[in-house]
Amino acid sequence: MSSIKLQKMDDCRWIIPQEGGMRVPGIIYTSEQLMKEIGSDESPKQVANVAHLPGIVKYSLAMPDMHWGYGFPIGGVAAFDMKKGIISPGGVGYDINCGCRLMLTKLHEGEIKGHLQKLVAALYRNIPSGVGSKSNLKLSSRDEERVLLEGAKWAVDKGYGSMEDLPATEDNGAMAGADPAKVSDRAKERGKQQLGTLGSGNHFLEIEVVEEIFDMQTADAFGMEKDQIAVLIHSGSRGLGYQICDDYLARMVKHVVSLGLDLPDRQLACAYLESNEGRDYLAAMGCAANYAWANRQMLMHWTRETFEETLKKGPQEIGMRLLYDVCHNIAKIENYLIEGKTVKLCVHRKGATRAFPAGHPALSERYMKIGQPVLIPGDMGAGSYVLVGTQKAVAETFGSTCHGAGRVLSRSQATKASKGRSISKEMAEKGVIVMASGRETLREELPEAYKNLDHVVEVVHQAGISKKVAKLRAVGCIKG
Amino acid sequence: MQGKTYKVFDHTADIGVEIFGQNMEALFCHAALAVFDLITDVQTVRATKKKRVEAEGDDREDLLINFLREVLYFVYGKGWLFKTCRIVKMEERRLVAELEGEIFDAGRHEIKTEIKAVTYHQVLVEQTSKEWRGRVIFDV
Repeated sequence: MSSIKLQKMDDCRWIIPQEGGMRVPGIIYTSEQLMKEIGSDESPKQVANVAHLPGIVKYSLAMPDMHWGYGFPIGGVAAFDMKKGIISPGGVGYDINCGCRLMLTKLHEGEIKGHLQKLVAALYRNIPSGVGSKSNLKLSSRDEERVLLEGAKWAVDKGYGSMEDLPATEDNGAMAGADPAKVSDRAKERGKQQLGTLGSGNHFLEIEVVEEIFDMQTADAFGMEKDQIAVLIHSGSRGLGYQICDDYLARMVKHVVSLGLDLPDRQLACAYLESNEGRDYLAAMGCAANYAWANRQMLMHWTRETFEETLKKGPQEIGMRLLYDVCHNIAKIENYLIEGKTVKLCVHRKGATRAFPAGHPALSERYMKIGQPVLIPGDMGAGSYVLVGTQKAVAETFGSTCHGAGRVLSRSQATKASKGRSISKEMAEKGVIVMASGRETLREELPEAYKNLDHVVEVVHQAGISKKVAKLRAVGCIKG
Repeated sequence: MQGKTYKVFDHTADIGVEIFGQNMEALFCHAALAVFDLITDVQTVRATKKKRVEAEGDDREDLLINFLREVLYFVYGKGWLFKTCRIVKMEERRLVAELEGEIFDAGRHEIKTEIKAVTYHQVLVEQTSKEWRGRVIFDV
């Protein structure tokens, strides 16, 4: 445990009292059990460090899947006042708009069982994955500009999916205020080569089965039922996003010095939202967010095609439709009620998922009466959860919840723990067919390298910052 | 190389390296070599082409980060794999390096890790009584 003092508030929350240069307290959503796993992890200190940033509102938050990041912890949520507050590229992360997209089908487990091996192999063949994987597209500079401005809509216009997919995407798949002129040539160059690729590391595409339903009414409204086949895509903005984050981090490290801001960690480099640096980053970050939405839209389209070809069924029969696409690395301008007044805040979610309730004006008509589907991926082969957003999330966590399982073993520890084992064979024994382009990835993404997803989700459910709807079990997985 | 010039350490989600060198030139070179090792098996890389890399920084730490940023850009942005590093010019806030390697060939090379970026988190460059030491954490 780090030197930070943590006091239990209730069964789901621990507070870090405001001390020294902290402008607000810190609050960690967790449980007694998950607290034990924090161990030597420095993430509580990082929650306290974020509380030092100018214009932070109410508290610096962390979700139960919190783990040690750089600057901000992974699983961190922090909101900043538009006038007095900052925006920080490190509070979003390198993989801008890393997120999840879940597609539901009309198929049931029995219908694909005999075809699973073929299906996974075909997905692996049709969806470019792996480190630095390049796409087969020849994206022109003009088209790339449109991707950065229009996001998922560009992909739909090009024939990847349909207009119906857009209202099932956060922000309709395009963030307002994106400006390609604020994106460096290097970022555009990297982006051009990688549109339409899954990536590597913890990114994956998974065939899943709805295993358990917790909330019948909501599941029904989402169109989910037991034994139904679904596909989960976890990917982000690829090299374009990494380069944008890196470019602006370099710029803001200099900017912070010129402002005379004393920060506990250089990786917390930031700029006031009302400064040129702050506005430029927001406009560039929007481009990366849009790129990621276009990317996941394309990956979904190829998944649909692959299902049709492999199962020799038409699109109507397969009925693959988008439940939702939501990001978990982003900064968003959103309205909140603070001391009786509605104020605009810049909410940073770094490894945290938006969880808006029914009636929230940001939701499309489709989810206005139900609430937003929240997608929580597990580690490789662990399946995932579908939750629904709540009013309590808006009141307590700036409309945010957890984003996944969160690492407990470092990559080298995981590699060590996997020595002499065949991870793909172990996965197969558990009923999950895995194909990965890198052996290292499989080792590093070993299931026990992650916190138990059930424990993480139970905390947010008990805390009421999102509610369990369904649990899905993995049966096939492709990884970079 | 490992154990002598650099050491990988654990950072929950990421990879950190501690680097050692007799002087600043060696330290920076070893940092680059650590990156090459993390990316691929350098035994499989042929030193057939040269790439000149320049970097500037506000201080030594910033210089180290900017140097490694340039290296990563040529790897992930331009498809290079490197094997050797020679510092041509080393100043307090500026350096020129010459890297040798070749363009990635899927038939012969395996990329082990995608390093997203070099972070400022806990970055360090210091001169001890015995040697120069550095520390960098990569986001992977």
